[in-house]
Amino acid sequence: MTDKKTLFIDGKEVEFTDEPNLLEVIRKAGMNVPTFCYRPDLTSFGACRMCVVEVEGRGIQSSCTMPPENGLKIHLNTEKTRRIRRTVLELLLANHDKKCLTCEKSGDCELQQYAEEYGITNIRFPDKELEDYLPVDDSSPSIVRDPNKCILCGACVRACSEFQGHAVLGFANRGSKTVVQPMNGRPLGQVDCVNCGQCVAVCPTGALTIKDDTEKVWAEITNPQKTVVVQMAPATRVALGEMFGLKPGENSIGLMNAALRKIGFNLVFDTNFSADLTIMEEATEFLERLKSGKDLPLFTSCCPAWIKYLETQHPEMLKHLSSCKSPMSMMSPVLVDLVPKYFNVERENLVVVAVMPCTAKKYECKRPEMYRNGRPDTDYVITTKELGKMIRSAGIDFNALEPEDHDSPFGEYSGAGTIFGASGGVAEAAVRTAYEFATGEPLNDVDIKQMRGTSNRSKTVSLDIKGTKVVVRVVSTLVEAEKALQEIKAGKADFQMLEVMACPGGCINGGGQPTSCNDSKIKEERAEGLYKEDSELPVRKSHMNPSIQKLYQEYLEHPGSHKAHEILHTVYTDKFAGSYKDI
Amino acid sequence: METTTLNIDIKSEQQKAQAEIKAQGLRVLVCAGTGCVANGSLKVIEKFKELGADVSVLTDYDKMTIVPTGCHGFCEQGVLVVIPDKHVTYVKVKVDDVEEIYESHIKNDKPVERLLYVDPITHEHVMDDEHINFYAKQTRTALANCGNINAESIDEAIAVRGYEALSNVLKQNDPEAVIAEIEKSGLRGRGGGGFPTGRKWRFTAANRGGKSYIVCNGDEGDPGAFMDRSVMEGDPHKLLEGMAIAAFAIGADEGYIYVRAEYPLAIKRLRKAIADAEERHYLGKNIMGSDFSLTIHIKEGAGAFVCGEETALMASIEGERGMPRPKPPFPANKGLFGRPTLINNVETLANVPVIMLKGADWFASLGTETSKGTKTFALTGEVNNTGLIEVPMGTTLRQIVFDIGGGIRGGKKFKAVQIGGPSGGCLTEEHLDLPMDYDSLIKAGAMVGSGGLVVMAEDTCIVEVARFFMNFTQHESCGKCVPCREGTKNMLRILEKIVAGKGEMKDLDTLEELAQSVKEGSLCGLGKTAPNPVLSTLKYFRDEYIAHIKDKKCPAGVCTAMKKIVIVPELCKGCTKCARTCPVGAIDGVVKQPHHINQEKCIKCEACLTNCPFKAIVLE
Repeated sequence: MTDKKTLFIDGKEVEFTDEPNLLEVIRKAGMNVPTFCYRPDLTSFGACRMCVVEVEGRGIQSSCTMPPENGLKIHLNTEKTRRIRRTVLELLLANHDKKCLTCEKSGDCELQQYAEEYGITNIRFPDKELEDYLPVDDSSPSIVRDPNKCILCGACVRACSEFQGHAVLGFANRGSKTVVQPMNGRPLGQVDCVNCGQCVAVCPTGALTIKDDTEKVWAEITNPQKTVVVQMAPATRVALGEMFGLKPGENSIGLMNAALRKIGFNLVFDTNFSADLTIMEEATEFLERLKSGKDLPLFTSCCPAWIKYLETQHPEMLKHLSSCKSPMSMMSPVLVDLVPKYFNVERENLVVVAVMPCTAKKYECKRPEMYRNGRPDTDYVITTKELGKMIRSAGIDFNALEPEDHDSPFGEYSGAGTIFGASGGVAEAAVRTAYEFATGEPLNDVDIKQMRGTSNRSKTVSLDIKGTKVVVRVVSTLVEAEKALQEIKAGKADFQMLEVMACPGGCINGGGQPTSCNDSKIKEERAEGLYKEDSELPVRKSHMNPSIQKLYQEYLEHPGSHKAHEILHTVYTDKFAGSYKDI
Repeated sequence: METTTLNIDIKSEQQKAQAEIKAQGLRVLVCAGTGCVANGSLKVIEKFKELGADVSVLTDYDKMTIVPTGCHGFCEQGVLVVIPDKHVTYVKVKVDDVEEIYESHIKNDKPVERLLYVDPITHEHVMDDEHINFYAKQTRTALANCGNINAESIDEAIAVRGYEALSNVLKQNDPEAVIAEIEKSGLRGRGGGGFPTGRKWRFTAANRGGKSYIVCNGDEGDPGAFMDRSVMEGDPHKLLEGMAIAAFAIGADEGYIYVRAEYPLAIKRLRKAIADAEERHYLGKNIMGSDFSLTIHIKEGAGAFVCGEETALMASIEGERGMPRPKPPFPANKGLFGRPTLINNVETLANVPVIMLKGADWFASLGTETSKGTKTFALTGEVNNTGLIEVPMGTTLRQIVFDIGGGIRGGKKFKAVQIGGPSGGCLTEEHLDLPMDYDSLIKAGAMVGSGGLVVMAEDTCIVEVARFFMNFTQHESCGKCVPCREGTKNMLRILEKIVAGKGEMKDLDTLEELAQSVKEGSLCGLGKTAPNPVLSTLKYFRDEYIAHIKDKKCPAGVCTAMKKIVIVPELCKGCTKCARTCPVGAIDGVVKQPHHINQEKCIKCEACLTNCPFKAIVLE
C-alpha cells in the first residue's frame, strides 16, 4: 500500500511523488514561479531567489531547493514573495547593461520577460558604474561572453562542470565584484573550452550568446556572383519549427527546404546524406579494427567538442578515434569537388554553408584539417537559432510555406542518416550497416531500441553479429565519456565501440538549438521526431541509399579507398597544453 | 551496552602530570598568545629563562620554570606575566622589566608596584586577578585553562583533567548517554545561531552506520573576535577532547578543524597537540584501547568570512569555492562529501569536556532559563578594559561594560554597543540591564553572534558604524545570491550617500525596505543577518540618520563631509598663520583683519584649527 503524498499550494491540495523539489511540484500542478538559476537538468543552486515561496511554519524558502513534504502549506504570491522578486529584479536590472535593443538575446531573455511581467518600470537603485564594465570576450569561434549582462545565476558554471566535467567556467572574486569567467581569467578562446555551447543554452540573459555569422552568410547570398549551397544537420529539422510555434519534435524539413530557397540559397542539400556516407566509411573502419583487434574500442568522431576534449585532455588516446571526418565535414568536400562539375559552377564562386544544432561546428569548420588549398570546405556554419533569425529577417511566414524537396543528388538519405541527431543514433546506424557488411545477410529488425533514449546518458548494448559478440557503449556528455575513458585506461572496458556526443541527449539538444533548458521533455520529443522519420522512410540502412551507391560508383570507388581517405578522413593531433590557440 | 576496559588509566596519568608540574618549582606564566607575542612576550620568556638558570637565589623552591601559556584575555595590558604562587599579575611587561621582577619579587619577595594593574576608577594598584575587576567578575569554563597551562604541553593539559571526560565516555561506551547529557545541559551553539547542540548531535547520530564526519568550525571571521583563536592557541587539547567525545557520540571516525590561515600560531599548536595526542593514543586508531578511532585533519582556510557559514565551510574543505549551499539538506543528513556531518564551533566543543566532567546539572545551573552556561565575548571599543571575557549567560550589558570593562574611556558618555559583529545589531542605553542571552538579544534586534562586543561612546557616529559593517559584509558576500550580493551593495551606496551629506528622506524608505528583502530573501546566514546593523540603528537612532539627511549635520561630529570649520571673527587677530597653513588655499583675509574660510574649497583637514594660536577656529 502506498500512501498518497500531498501538499497545499495556495490552499489547493496537490499530489506529489518523487519530485526533487517544490518547484517541480508547483509546475506539475500547472502553476509556476519565476526562476533564473533553476534548470531541471542541473543541480539546484538556490542563488537567484526568484522562486521564493512562503511555507507556513518555515518562512521564505526557495522552491527550487526545498524538497516536498507531506502536508506542507505553501503560498506562491504573497506580499513578501512578490516584494523579494521585485527587489531581485530591480537589483539585477540596476547592475545590468540594459542595452536591450541591441542585445542578441532580446525577445528570448528571461530577465526582460520577468521585468515586463512584474512591471518593473522604475529602478530605485543607481545604474552599474562605468568603471565596473568589463570587456566583451569574443575570442571563441563559437561563443560570445558579455560579463556585463551576466546575472551570476551560475547555470553556465554548472552546465560546464556537470555536463562536460572540466569546468572551464567558474566564479571569481567576492561581493559585488563577483564574476563568472573562464579558467584563470583568460579569454574563452584560449582555454580548454570544447565549444559545446551548453553554457549558452542555459544562460537566461545575453551574457553568453552564439557567435552570430548570419550577416556573413547574407553577404554571400546577396552577391549575384556566388552560388551558395546549404546542408543541414539531422537534429535541426526537429527543432527549428519551435521558433515558429511548431511542437518540439515536429519534422519541418519540407518547410525548411522551402525557407532556405526563399532566403536565396541556390542549392539545398542535406547532411543526412553525408551521415550515410560517414556510416559507409566508419562501419568499414570498425570491421577492419574488429578483425585486426587494433585500437579498440573505436571512438566515433562526429562530435567536434568530443574531439577537442580528447585532443586536449587525453591525446594519448587519439589512436582510438575514428579517422572519419564528421558528416558535415564529409559533405563539404564532396560538394566542393562535385557541385562545380554537376551544376557548372566555378569553385571560387561556390560557397558552402552548414546549418547545425551545434556551436562547436563553428570551431570545426575553421580547423586546419578541414581546409584544402587554403580554403575551408565549409565556409560558414550557422546554428538552428541563427537560421530561424534569418527566416524571420527575410520576412518569411514559415508556417505558410509549401513543403519542398531537396536538391539532388546530395539530398537523399536513409533512416540511418536521420537518427544521427540523437545520442545512440550513430552507433545504431553503424551497426545496421556493419552487420550486413560483415555477414552478407540482411538485417531484418533494424530498431536497436536499447541504444535510444535521452535521459540515460550512458548505455552499454551487447549485440550478436552472427555469433560474434559486439559491445557498444553509447554516452552523451563528456562527464560520461571521461568515465568510459577511465575504464579503458584501467583495462576494464568491455566494449568495442564508444559513441560520444558532448551534449546531453545528443545533437537534438545542441548548444545551437532553440532554447529548451526549462523543459527536460523537449529533448525526448525531438529525438522521437527523428526516430519517427526513420521508421517512415523506405530506406533505413545507409549502404542502401541509392545516391550513396552512385557516389561511390562515380567518384569514391569504395569505402576506405584512396580517394575516400583523401577527402573524407583526417588525422587528429595532440593539442595538450593549449597548442590549439591559433584558431 | 557493555562497558569497555581501557588500556590507559587516565587518573594515574593525571597524577603523574600533576607531580611533574609540582616538580617545576616556581611557575612563571608568561602569555604567549598572538597579542602578547606581538608585544614581545617571546623575548620576555627568553630573558626569564636566562635569569632563572641561577636557582641558588630561590628560597622556597629548588627550581623555577617559565611557562609560555595561551592568551589570558587582557590583551591590551600585555605582555602579561602571572606568578600564581606569589599571587601576582604583572601587566605591560617589557623585556627590560624582567630583571627587576626577578630581582625584586622572585628573589626578595618585594612586588614591583609600577608593573601592577591600575584600576581605572579607583586609580589604585591591584595585585592579582582576583582583584582586577576585569577578571574578578568573569566565570571561565571554556577559557578555564587558557593562560594557566603550557599550551604546547599535553602533560599540563592532562594535569588539569584533560582527556578524563573522554576516558569516562569511552569506558561507559554509551553514545546515547553522551547525547542525552549534552541535551540535558542545555548547551547551545556558540558560533552565533544558538541551535541546541544536543539536538544537532541527535540528528546526526540518527544517520550513524556509514561514514560520518565531525567538523570543528574555527573560521572566526567577525572583526575583533578572537575567542576561538584563544581556545585553539591556549588549550588545544580541550578542543580535541570535545571533538573526540562528539565524534564518539555521533559515530564519526574522521574529523576536520577548519582554521583560517591567518591564525598560524593556532595551527601550529593544534598540529602539535594532534601529534602528541596520537602518540599517547588519545586520538587516532583505537583510542585508549577502545574500538573507537578518530583521525583529525586541519584545513587551513583562506580567510573568507563566508566560510564560517557551515555549508560554505564544507564546500571549502571539499576543495570547492566557499559558497553556501541551500539547506535542506542539512549537514546532519548530507554534509561533508555528501556524508552525515556534525559541525560545531570551537567554543561549543570546548564546553563539552567540562559538561561531561562536572555534569549537565552543573552546567545548566549557570546562565538563564533558555541559555545555559557561559559565553565568551571579545570586548573592544571605548571601554577602559578591553580583551576576551567569559561570563555566565544572562550577565547584563551594564555588568560587562561598567564592571568588567571598567566603564567608558576618558569619562565619555556611553552611547551603544554593537554586538555580534557585522551580523549583529546595536543596543543602547535602554538595554544596559538586558540579560545577554540568545533570546533576549534576538528580541532586541541583535544577536549573540560569535560574541564580538564593540562599545561606542557619545562621539561615535552611528550611521558611520552602520556603513562600516555594511562595507564589510558587502566585501565578504560570496556573491552567490542576488539579495546579498546586489542588495548589500545598494544598501552600502545609500549609507555612503547619507554620510556624504547627500541623503534624501526617501532613501530611508528604500534602505529599510531593501534591508527587509535582503534579510528575508538571502540564501544563507550571512545575507540574512547582514541588514541587522542597519535595521537596529534605524530603530534606535533614526534621529541621527535624519540629522544627517535633513540638517546635513553629523551629531557626533564624525562625518567629514558634514563638518564645517569656521573662524570666529571676534577671536581672530589676523595673524595669517591659518592662511599659510591651509594646504588648499581655502582661507583668505588681510593682515590684522579677521580671516575667512571658503567652504567650497575647504577639505576639512583641520590643519588651521590645530595651528591657530588664538583658538579662533572652531568646528561648527
